[in-house]
This record gives sequence, structure tokens and C-alpha cells, in this order.
Amino acid sequence: MALLSKKDANLIKDPLADNNPITIQVLGICSALAITAELKASVVMAISVLFVLGVGNVVISLLRNIIPAKIRIIVQLVVVAALVIIVDQVLKAFAYELSKTLSVFVGLIITNCIIMGRFEAFALGNGPWKSFLDGIGNALGYGVILVIVGFFRELLGSGTLFGMKVLGDPVTKTGLYSIGYENNGFMIIPPAALIVVGIIIWVQRSRNRALIEEA
Amino acid sequence: MKEKLHQLKLKYQGKKMAPAFNALHTFLYMPNETTHSGAHVRAADDLKRTMNTVIMALVPCLLFGMFNAGYQHYSAINGFPESFSLFEHFLTWDNFWVGVTTVLPLVIVSYGVGLAIEFLFAVIKGHEVEEGYLVTGMLVPLIIPVDTPLWMLAIAVAFGVVIGKEVFGGTGMNILNPALTIRAFLFFAYPTWMSGDKVWVHEGVERAGTADAISGETVLGSLAQGSDYAYSLSDMFYGFIPGSVGETSTLLILLGALFLIFTKIASWRIMVSAVVGALAMGLIFNGIVDAGWLPEYSKFYTLMSFPYWQHLLVGGLAFGIVFMATDPVTGSQTNKGKWYYGFFIGFLSVMIRVFNPGYPEGVFLAILLMNVFAPTIDHYVVKGNIKKRLKRFKTATIYPKSSDEVDTLKTETA
Repeated sequence: MALLSKKDANLIKDPLADNNPITIQVLGICSALAITAELKASVVMAISVLFVLGVGNVVISLLRNIIPAKIRIIVQLVVVAALVIIVDQVLKAFAYELSKTLSVFVGLIITNCIIMGRFEAFALGNGPWKSFLDGIGNALGYGVILVIVGFFRELLGSGTLFGMKVLGDPVTKTGLYSIGYENNGFMIIPPAALIVVGIIIWVQRSRNRALIEEA
Repeated sequence: MKEKLHQLKLKYQGKKMAPAFNALHTFLYMPNETTHSGAHVRAADDLKRTMNTVIMALVPCLLFGMFNAGYQHYSAINGFPESFSLFEHFLTWDNFWVGVTTVLPLVIVSYGVGLAIEFLFAVIKGHEVEEGYLVTGMLVPLIIPVDTPLWMLAIAVAFGVVIGKEVFGGTGMNILNPALTIRAFLFFAYPTWMSGDKVWVHEGVERAGTADAISGETVLGSLAQGSDYAYSLSDMFYGFIPGSVGETSTLLILLGALFLIFTKIASWRIMVSAVVGALAMGLIFNGIVDAGWLPEYSKFYTLMSFPYWQHLLVGGLAFGIVFMATDPVTGSQTNKGKWYYGFFIGFLSVMIRVFNPGYPEGVFLAILLMNVFAPTIDHYVVKGNIKKRLKRFKTATIYPKSSDEVDTLKTETA
């Protein structure tokens, strides 16, 4: 790729796999558990975080030389809060039903550890372009896991994907339901997300043994 | 035969399938390995024998469950017999046949799926196949409703064995009782098949909504709804009531318990303290009702006024206490800890029964919860013991044995 130097490309690639914010750094678990019962909510959440983290990282990076070190957390919070409110208002205006499903969790993006973590660890010490790539990369890494978890939870728990009945209709007993299949109610409740994330972590680490932490 | 197996073992040593072969080999015969150094204790009660003893204690429950499946099925259709006779109405071929066609598939699926996963993991990890599933596989069919669809059971068993046990490192390393993990999974994943008044009798679900509809509400289910039940105390004790396959007969569970205590497989401390805990909670509830603190229209009234000792006769409490709470891996290890552990299992089981109408039977949740707390209990018991002994050591005076030793002691401690 000529568009990005190799170093820059790694900023995006790393968080997607070997330095994933959820499965490796184990950050942002709270929202991953809470809103992944439906694929649609997962995707919207992923996009929201993508916006907040991408723009936020650039803003913090631009301000990095004029933020006094002592109050940097407060400045970071102000930036995230402003961005989250924009996202929240946009959702309320254009996707009201969805914003009700996501409820407080859009607001809680403010406290998502991934965002503060990237501000602290990367944006405060790097230029805007790199910070932008880093933000996009980490948000995508977060989003990928969210979408995977949402996919399995919605498919197994409700038999739907994006609300479409892909496995047949449980009421009129068509498709898979005609042979006695039933939705797995366990996948709807948040503990199931913990287990799905756990399985992703398990699969990832058994494919790449270098990722296993020393006990 | 034995020699041939030994030869085969040598042939396959170090190969990928060796663990799978060894598992079958030692199941039938004692291995021919000899020890090479030092003294070794050889005892007959290795893990496999322990597991087989528990299974022997479970067999009466299983057989009873098979007959009961038929008895409940035909009684729900034709009505309960006027004057009950054991051989005429219960131990009949018809009843047994219903049991064979409904319970046996559950046993086969439970063992088939569970052992397949155990073998798979043993081959992948390259260690011996662990015996832990032998008991789990027998417990699982006994604690689920008779008509549980087999594919659901298969999924639940796969989940329970992999997530409940293998990810922690296999037999002996699990935090939660695998059989109860499987039941909990079924309960939360497919609640319509695990509770209600249709699932406890064979064909209850199929016939629902038709002219031939049958139902059999469990005693606890009736109590939770505040309605009457038609079972006498002796029915509850002998187990002629609807319920999960093998947990209805308190009598046979009691026999199993005595057998396990006699063979020193299960801890009597846990059993006794769990019974005490259940009675204590039941007494508290009865006391509240007797004192008139609870109005009669309260939804807890029927369950709370249920005589405290009868809690032990209905539902899975007795079965859970004897066969699940005493699991040596997931329970407390210290003797003092076992008292606390057991007590809270009984105490919480009855509490969940009464206070949570969504879970008419709370014993599996209570045991799983206490499984989680068992290491904490042990930790504090051990710490308490260290403290006590340190204190004793500090205040101890060391007496010399003879007058000669006084001088040596003085020089030593100086």
C-alpha cells in the first residue's frame, strides 16, 4: 500500500489482531457485554466508538502541547463528552428506536476505558495523522469483536440477523424450527457475551501462542 | 485378553490415540506398569473406583426414575390408582418400557457426547482420559425433565464439559460442578423445557393444547402458585411424584447417601450441615408465618407455611445435597469449611425456593453459588487455624524433660 507507510499500516492492523483492545488488553468489556444481544446495536455501537475515538484522538493530539499535564484527564473527558453528546443526539434524531436499545450505553462511551487509554497512551505523544490511524485501528478492533459477539448472540439467541428471521419463524414453525429447533435463551442474557468473548480469547491465543500471558 | 491389551498398549505408546486406548484399557483391567523406585502406596480406591461407587449409589435412583416416568405418564392419562399397590401399579413392564424409551436415550446422549469430548481433549492435550465424566454423565439425566429434547441435552453437555470443566484444566480443576453447569445452561437457555407444569410427565408437552392434554405439576410448582397438590407425604418420601427423572425418591437417595457415607466416598459433614441449613431456613419461614407477620394473601404464604421438614422430601434438595454438594472437587476441602459450605447450601436452597417464584427449585443455584465460595471458605478456615496455632505457640511454655536438659535449653534459647 502506497497510501500508508508500513509503520502507519501497523497502527491499524495491530489492534485488529495481536493487540486487540478487548481480547488482549481486556478493555471496554462492559459495553461488549451489555449491548451485543443484537447485531444492529453492536454495529451502531462500533460506529459510534469509531467516530468518537477517531475524532477524539485527533483533537487530543492537536492539543497535546498546550494541555497542562495536571488537568489533562479533565480536558480529555471534556473532549469525549462533547463527541459522545454529538453521537447521542444524532442517534436520537435519526434512529430513535435504536438509541432506546442502546440507552445509557452511548453515554457510557465516555467511560469506555479504550478511549481514555488511547488518549493517554498514544494521542498525547504522537502527531494527529498517526493518532487518527491509531484511533481508527483500535475502534475497529473493538468493533470487530462486538460484531462477532453480536452475530453469535443474535443468531443463536433470537434466530435473527439484523432483525431478519434467517433460521425461520419460531411462531409458525418454519425453517429450522419445523424440526424442533429452539432459540437459546441463554445467549440473550449478558453472561453469554462473557462466555463468547472468552471463547474468542481462547481461540485467538491457541492460534498464536505468543499471546499467552505468563502465569 | 488381558495380555493382548497390554501388548497393544506398548504398540501404541507415544502415538496420538494412546490416551483414548489407555482409558478403555484401565477401565477394564489394572495396568501392568510396575513401579521402579521407592515405596508406593497401592490402594483399591483410585479415581475410577471412586466414580464407580458413586454410580452404584445412583443406579437405584435411575431405575426408580424409569418406572416413575411410566407411572406418572399413565397416571396422568388414566388418573392415579385408587388403592396404590407397588407391584400392580408401579413396577410394571408398561411403566418400565416408557422409562426405557425416554430415560435411556438421555443417559446414552449424556455419556456419548460427554465422553466424546473428554476423549477429544485427552487426545489434543496428550494426557490420560480423565474419569470425571463418569459420574457427571450419570447425574445429568437424573436431574432433567423426562422429555428434554436430546439435541438440547447434547448442546448443554458439550457446553458444560468444555466451558465448565475443560477450560479450567479438566477433572479436578473445575470451579463449578459440571452436572449442575449443564442443568443451569438448560434452565437458562430453554426455560420452557425445564419448568412449568407440562414438562415433568412424558408426552406432556406434545399433548398440550389438545383434547388429550395431560399435565403434572410438581409439588413445589403447585406451592409456588398457591394451589393444592394431590400427593400424600408417603408419596413424596417414596417418590411417586412428578419431577426430574431421578430425584423424586427421597428413600432411595437416603439409601445412596448411607452407601456413600459407609464407603467414605462422600462427606457426611456436608450432608448433615446442608440438612440442618435447610431445616433452619424452613423453621425461620414457619416462624414468620406462625407469628402472623405475613398476611395470607402474600404470594409467599403457601411456600412459607410449608412445614419446614417437608422441604427435604420435595424437589431436588435431597438429591442435590447427597450427590451434588458432596462433589469433592468443587466443595470445601477443610472439615470446618464443609460445615459452613453445607449449611449455606441448605439455607440458600430453601430461601431461593420461597422468594423466587421464577425458580421453583433453587438447589442447583445454591450449590453453584457455594461452589464459587468454597475456596474462600477454605482460605479463611486455613487462615484461622494458622492464627490459632501461632497464638498457642506464643503463649506456650516449653518444659524440660529432665533437670539435665535445663542447661542445654538455656544455652539454646539464650
